[in-house]
Parts: sequence; structure tokens; C-alpha cells
Amino acid sequence: MAVVELRGISKSFGAIRALNGVDLTIERGEAIGLMGDNGAGKSTLMKIIAGNFPPTSGDFLIDGLPVHFSRPIEARQKGIEIVYQDLALCDNLTAAQNVFLGRELKRGFGPIRFLDHGAMNARAAKLFAELKSETRPRDLVRQMSGGQRQAVAIARTRLSDPKLVLMDEPTAAISVRQVKEVLDLILRLKETGHAVILVSHRMPDVFTVCDRVAVLRRGEKVADKPVRNSSPEEVTGLITGALAAA
Amino acid sequence: MSTTTDQTTDHAAIDDSIAQRRELTWWQGVTRSQPFWVLMAIFMLCIVMSQVSDVFLSERNIFNVSRNFAFVGIMALGMTAVICTAGIDLSVGSLMGLAGIATGLVMQAGYGIVPGFLICMAVAGAVGLTNGILIAYLRMAPFVVTLGMLAISRSLAMVISNNRMVYQFGPDQALYLWLGGSSTFGVPHPVWALGVLTITFWIAFNHTTWGRWVYAVGGNAQAARLSGIPVERVLLSVYVICSLCAGLSAFLMVGWFGSVTNALGQTQELNVIAASVIGGANLMGGVAYAFGAPIGALLMELIRNSLLLAGIDALWQQFFVGLFLILAVFLEQLRNRGRA
Repeated sequence: MAVVELRGISKSFGAIRALNGVDLTIERGEAIGLMGDNGAGKSTLMKIIAGNFPPTSGDFLIDGLPVHFSRPIEARQKGIEIVYQDLALCDNLTAAQNVFLGRELKRGFGPIRFLDHGAMNARAAKLFAELKSETRPRDLVRQMSGGQRQAVAIARTRLSDPKLVLMDEPTAAISVRQVKEVLDLILRLKETGHAVILVSHRMPDVFTVCDRVAVLRRGEKVADKPVRNSSPEEVTGLITGALAAA
Repeated sequence: MSTTTDQTTDHAAIDDSIAQRRELTWWQGVTRSQPFWVLMAIFMLCIVMSQVSDVFLSERNIFNVSRNFAFVGIMALGMTAVICTAGIDLSVGSLMGLAGIATGLVMQAGYGIVPGFLICMAVAGAVGLTNGILIAYLRMAPFVVTLGMLAISRSLAMVISNNRMVYQFGPDQALYLWLGGSSTFGVPHPVWALGVLTITFWIAFNHTTWGRWVYAVGGNAQAARLSGIPVERVLLSVYVICSLCAGLSAFLMVGWFGSVTNALGQTQELNVIAASVIGGANLMGGVAYAFGAPIGALLMELIRNSLLLAGIDALWQQFFVGLFLILAVFLEQLRNRGRA
């Protein structure tokens, strides 16, 4: 059964129809590249999945059960984790503090509870080791490279063993070597059975790590096929409208 | 920001050096913080002054200095929390006047010290709550809101006092004057309050979720919100706490003076902000030290005291306070540049 299933999702903002009957299914351990030009409806679809707002019509199912989100925290509680384009990290905190932000581990007696620094640092170190990242839990995020920052943002999504990780342009603003690090991180997520949606403008990234590619144009899904049956040229044609559908 | 794109570098060597690099020890963490260097400056100042003046290290002078800086120090603790969220509270000086007058009037009317204290804190809490709601929930700029509250509080203090001094504090007068002006085990009571509060703030900043969230909101409010942190409630809490600190400070100060006018605390907001900033709080938010507040306040009081004892005109006092403030911020910039 699909981890996440979208059926006939539409979204209107007043007279503007941003999404029109979009279907999308994702299995465990599968990565989907979500592509489309600016204004194609990518970010609207993302925000619906992330729980920023509900769709105007259509069904949203997780493990076959319908869900309704109106706030991001509700999506997170249902096992959907987002890696935002700007990563949403606090530069003045350490890697471990960012990983546990809003979900701090505490210990104490009864109502008197203090932060459990040791446990959080140890758990964060383990997460970074699983991601094979050289990020150290006690380092300040301010002093980190782009790849390390991505690792912190991704480690955070793994804290709760999510069903789906949604990544928004994770490779847009980092160097070539760091892109490889991030793509490795995505492969690691797939290996551990997480479903991944990768929103990206970069064709090579999608074709390297994704199993399927879905293309949106003017609010409609015009293609959804395995990457091995497609090509960057075809996807470019689908995005621009040179190809009607595939 | 360093880049790792240079393909000619030996990445294996870099990885090894990263793996071997020790994380900051406790001592390195301390020596990198602003309060540590201000404390060093204080020691230097003390050494110099002990040579210049015989009176400086006398018990009497130390007693005076410690009591004088405690009032600003208590308020600076609350201000540090506000500044950590990238906010500012300009109303603390006026609030001292309002809360002090309220306490005086209640006790003058024949009520005991407990009602007096409760009224003082209730007034402070109400002002803090107003500031906090306007800033956190109506998204108004902290500078403007608290500037308005600066004027409103002072005016209210004048209205309810009818511009008269209060110097009689009813049945608990002796107890009140003892509480504000006396000492236990040789330490003035305001200093006890400052000490207890400093440790409380240190624990709150470093070992509670509230403290962690205050830092997070100051570092990146949007990220904090996306992480599920109740940003509005955190902001509200720091303004209430800041006002309560000002209320407590006013309560103790009136007990020390033995009288209160509606001018109590005038321009204190500047000293309090200066103490927080000298103690390492960054006005851009996200950086704050609990121990910075008393240390910053102590340095400012020592400058005042030293100028007095060295026979320099007291009119120079604000000049040197300003100089140290600018110097402190400049040094922090230098250290940050070295690290980036």
C-alpha cells in the first residue's frame, strides 16, 4: 500500500486555480522528483502536503487513511517531515540543539524537568553517523558548511522515523562537492525505507537519486513515470510545454 | 564561510583533522564568552584602583558598590532575556517609578508589606503583559510599544502620586526599610536577590526548554515557528519577566531610599540596556549570558565609583559608561570576525 496517496487534489485561490485534479502516490523507500516551472503549482502542492493549508477538493491519505491538516505541526505528527529550502535552522544553536528544536529531551522528577543535554548530543551524534556525515553535535550551525547544514536539517527529519520526507530544492545553493553529500543523504533515506519527495530544478539530481519523476504544468500533472523510461530532454519538454504529456 | 570546493586540497587529511579536533572544553567555552572578558576588565580596574585609592577596597566602599549595582543588575537579567529574542524594553525605568509609587501608596494607606509587594508585582506584571501582547500577538515593533509604555507609565506614576513624595510606609515601615537597606551575613539584601536571580536565570537559560526556545526565537523566529515552538507565548513571557524584574528592583530600591517619588528610575532603562549589552547580549538576538547582566552592571557601577574616588568630576561618568559600551560591542565584533 502507498505510504502517501493524493487523489484529485485541487486548490483555488479566489479565481485562480493553482492545482487541478492532481494524483500522486508514493511507496516506502521510493523517491519522487517533483518538477515544473515557476508557477506550475509545485509549491502549492508542497504546502498542502506540509500542512500549511488544506486542498479545496480531493483526498489526502496516509497509509490508506484520510487526513486533514491546517497547520504544519499536524503534518509532522502524522509522519511528514519537511526540509525547507532555507533549512529553517537557528544559526546561534548547536547541531544537536537544532535537531531537537521543539522536541527537546528532558529528565527530572515530576514537574521539575531539565534539558537532557547528554542524551540529545548522543542521539544527534548517532543520527549524523547513520547519515555518514562528519557533523559534530556540539558545533554551532553558524560555523558549518552548506553540506553539514543540510545534514542537520535531514537528521532532524529522522528523529521521529517519518513516513515521508519532503525536500524543497536541497541542492540549490551549495557547492558541487556538497551536492554529492546531499544526494548521498537522500539515498540513505531511501535505504532506510523512507519515502522522499524531491522538489528540484536540477535535472541531474532528480535523475541520480529518484525512482520516478512527476511533472506539473499549469496546475496539472502532465507526466509521472520511472526515470529509466524518461530522459532530461523529455522532462524539459514536458516542463516547458513543448511536449503535451508523457 | 569556508568552502570545500577546492579540488586540489587533500580531503582525507581535512576529514582526519576534523575527526581529531576536540570539541570546545568547558573552559574554552567560558573564555570565548563576552562576560569573561568584561570580568577580566573588572579585575584590572580593581587592581589599578586599589593602587590609586586607599578607600577603594575598604569594606564600606565594597558594600556600597555591591548594593548600588544590584538594582541595575536585577533589571538587566530580565532585559537580557528580552534582548535575546531580538527585542528591547525601554519602559523599565518608568515602570520602576509606577511600581514604586504604587507600593508606597498602598503601604502608606496602612497595608502591610505583603500587599505592598503583591501590588508592586501586579503593576509590573500588567505593564509587561500589555507590552508582550502588543509585541507578540499584534506584531508591533518592540521599540515603539515600549517607548509608548515609557511615557504612559511615567505619566501614570505622576497621576496616582499626585506629584507628591511618599516617605511613610505604614505598620511594616521598619521591616521594609530593613529589607531594602540592610544586609544579612554582611551582604546587602538586593545583592542576595541579584545572586539568587542570576543563578535562576542561568538554569532557565541553559537547562530548560523555555531558555532554549528564547534562544531559538532570537536566532531564527521563522525556524522556531516551523519547529512547533509557540513563538508568541515565548515573546510574551520575556516581556512579563523583564517587567517583573523591574518591579522587584523598584520594590527593593524604595525600601533602601526610605522614600519614593514619581521620578524613581528615570533614565534607568539606558543603564539597564547598557549593562545587558556590555554583558554580551546581542541586540540582533540569539546571544545572551545570564552572568553577563550582573557583570555588565558591576562594571558600570565600578566606573562610576572609580571616577568618584579618583577625584574626577562626576560629570564624566556617562562619558565613560558610553565609551565602555561601544568598546564592548566593538570587541565582540572583532572576536566574531576572527571566528567566521
